Amino acid sequence: MKRRGFLGIAGGAVALVLGRKAAAQVRIENGMESVVRDLTAGATVREGRVTLVVARLADNGYAVPLRVSVQSPMTQTERVKSITLLSPRNPRPLMATFHFGEDAPRAEVATRVRLNGTQRVMALAALSDGSFWSASAQVEVTESACLDAS
Amino acid sequence: MAARISVPATAKKGDTVEIRIAIQHPMETGFRFDVNGRAIPKNVINRVTCRFGGEEIFRAELGSGIAANPFLDFFAAVEESGTFEFEWVDDAGVRGAETAKIVVS
Repeated sequence: MKRRGFLGIAGGAVALVLGRKAAAQVRIENGMESVVRDLTAGATVREGRVTLVVARLADNGYAVPLRVSVQSPMTQTERVKSITLLSPRNPRPLMATFHFGEDAPRAEVATRVRLNGTQRVMALAALSDGSFWSASAQVEVTESACLDAS
Repeated sequence: MAARISVPATAKKGDTVEIRIAIQHPMETGFRFDVNGRAIPKNVINRVTCRFGGEEIFRAELGSGIAANPFLDFFAAVEESGTFEFEWVDDAGVRGAETAKIVVS
């Protein structure tokens, strides 16, 4: 079997497994537990509802385009309050927090982030009902940002 | 601080419009050194807000993990004509502001 073929199948299998335990509690990367705990005040973070779209391979970590959206009706009573982008390998893991107004029609935002090396980027959404949902995406970074000080 | 903003000029009542903003800023991380070996102090745009009709519809708190010349793309629902007011501030306290009008029919 060719390497590419194997990777494709392996990736598919991982996606299947992840998809199946959609509402399972999320596994948080090493060193990120305290950061997440500060954001959630100890509440359970579940996997699902959040879609994180980012290229699997980023040649250059200085500007990696990224889009995150959260499935939500966005009504007054049931809406997404904020989305936080987290990086386990950056010197400052908290990359950005986006707050949505009460009339926001869609919980979706795109930006460009800096990534200090290959890692699993995480998006954490805080909903109005107090629940937290997340998604992660593996990004291979060929040329890392922050070369000067690493 | 110059910024480029993209907001549709017109929309129908109740439409969802896409808003894009790119601000010119180096987003200094504080981890770099100048030619003399001195650390360049951290200076990033730490807050960007967007208001429509005086009400805050979107706010971004940014850190050094956001690329230079920060770019944001988000959505707003428009019920009537008005002005989007954008405002941002960096760690040095330098503020920037921009507006964009939209006509809703």
